[in-house]
Amino acid sequence: MDRDLLIISTICFLAAVVRSGVALRAGVFRPGRFNFLAIGLGFVFQTAFLSIRGHAVGRCPLTNLFEVFIFLAWSVALIYMLVGPAYRLSLMGAFTAPLVVLLQGFALIAPIDVRHPVKLPANPSLEFHASVSLVAYGVFALACIAGVMYLVQERQLKTHQLRSIFYHLPPLSDLFAAITRLLWWGFILYTIGIASGFFIGRPLPRVQVVAAVCVWLLYAAILQGRYFRRIAPKRVAALCIIGFSAALTLLWGITFSAQTHSVQ
Amino acid sequence: MNLFCVGLSHHTANVETRERFAGGAGAQSTLREAGCAEALVLATCNRVEVYGASEKRVSTDEIAHCLLQNSEVSERGHSEALPFYRYEAEKCVQHLFRVASGLDSMVVGETEILGQTKKAYQSARTSGAVGPFLHRLFQRAFRAAKQVRTHTEITRGSVSVGSVAVDLAQKIFGELGNCSVLVLGAGETSERTARALVSRGVTDLRVSNRSNERAQELAQRVSGQTVRFDRWPQQCCEIDILITSTSSEAPLLTPTDLGPVLANRIDRPLFIIDIAVPRDVDPAVNEMEGVYLYDIDALRSVAEQSLAVRCQQIASAEAIIAEHVADFLEKISRELSPASRITGHPPVADSSLRATQL
Repeated sequence: MDRDLLIISTICFLAAVVRSGVALRAGVFRPGRFNFLAIGLGFVFQTAFLSIRGHAVGRCPLTNLFEVFIFLAWSVALIYMLVGPAYRLSLMGAFTAPLVVLLQGFALIAPIDVRHPVKLPANPSLEFHASVSLVAYGVFALACIAGVMYLVQERQLKTHQLRSIFYHLPPLSDLFAAITRLLWWGFILYTIGIASGFFIGRPLPRVQVVAAVCVWLLYAAILQGRYFRRIAPKRVAALCIIGFSAALTLLWGITFSAQTHSVQ
Repeated sequence: MNLFCVGLSHHTANVETRERFAGGAGAQSTLREAGCAEALVLATCNRVEVYGASEKRVSTDEIAHCLLQNSEVSERGHSEALPFYRYEAEKCVQHLFRVASGLDSMVVGETEILGQTKKAYQSARTSGAVGPFLHRLFQRAFRAAKQVRTHTEITRGSVSVGSVAVDLAQKIFGELGNCSVLVLGAGETSERTARALVSRGVTDLRVSNRSNERAQELAQRVSGQTVRFDRWPQQCCEIDILITSTSSEAPLLTPTDLGPVLANRIDRPLFIIDIAVPRDVDPAVNEMEGVYLYDIDALRSVAEQSLAVRCQQIASAEAIIAEHVADFLEKISRELSPASRITGHPPVADSSLRATQL
């Protein structure tokens, strides 16, 4: 039942991807309500899935890699819906939906939905630590998407080859402002997530701590370079993509390691 | 009720002919005296058209007479055949929808015509020259034009060099109100581009020229300030947009000159519009991070790309218009009594019309 909700949710996101792709191919892309509605509907089904799964496991549904991926996809959709309209980044939906489809598609296909043999006891501190960290990952994902948009726009301006998408992308200055704000928000949330990890009532595996601190240091370095104006905007955009790719890889490692140590 | 359009446009008449028929304020009332139950004159720099609804046929000669009577330009007795066209019933509806959508314009997809059509409609409505037929017709024309703009890319991009430069600046900086612009060289094209930037909010404009006198003249015209020609390189640290159009034989700006400047402005892009021939800026400058260099050919290429896209969209726009025409004709024939339904006049040859006969 819960997986059915997830399949419907993925179809909603896929509809947004297909519509954007067809429109961009035809050269008549108009960021309209359809994308936002499709993503909104997908988000509702994601939430329903997480709610049912949460009741089933008796805690925040972050007990295996499958649930972590879905929670991350949910965070990405949530942040998009909060950030997209505020920054008038309506085209961001065309970039956000594919990422969510990839995350959910992989989670559905790969044999990673390994149920725990016993119902795990609730641990609010651990759940807070894990959920805040994953929402931070969602913000970093949006920064990564804004980075892709920046590089696409920048490339077209440099090469003088202006495609249909150029006219619908926000100005470089607006995209860079959005990237900077997203990086700060993600960094603050991630810092809270890491700090709360030290109060979960038991020591964390060393490898998890090292990996989390590495991601934190990477984003701290990007923000430091930005703050002191030592890194050009184009490089900040590229670093957002590299940073999120690295963070996602490390998240996989952390979750895999946690699964073996059993999160309880 | 007969619905018709009589007019001449840039397709059929030169500007001299068009201005002779541009018509004065009284053209609409004269047309009504001539037998038009409803009449609307659409006069722009590219067209003079009369849209009318009448019980009896009002000939093209009579329309031309009415326009000429109210003309503000004196008749000079031309003897060439006047290139009036006449559309009736469905063709008239289709023509108006195409005009309002910018498909019949000199620059396909330009949006100014829609504003001009709305203005003409408002003016005719205020004077009481518009009745239920033209009211419905023009309201539907505005809807069709809006749908064409929304559902096609017919208005995408700019098709003139100055507008392309301004659009690109907005794509880099967003709001231009905080941008500083340096105009290097006091040529006509750089002045036009500077004016276009000012019209989009630029307030900090600096002008530099070998002849300080000419720089001061241009600075006065565009409300800018003058910079001595030997001081312009230092300005590159502060400005966001550089427009160059000097007659220098050698490049004035090379990567070697710009390198140290960029080191101090790593997080601020620099947009360079080089409209000089030969070019003032070494093309290698475009390879530098944060610099966007557009020479005259690049700007023209962007304008041509936009025009090509607009032309590709014509078929989609025509399809939207065809739907609106069919729907409009169907609705109006349902709403109106059989006696007052739209019909075309029986064809009468007006081709013998000559200016000397008027």
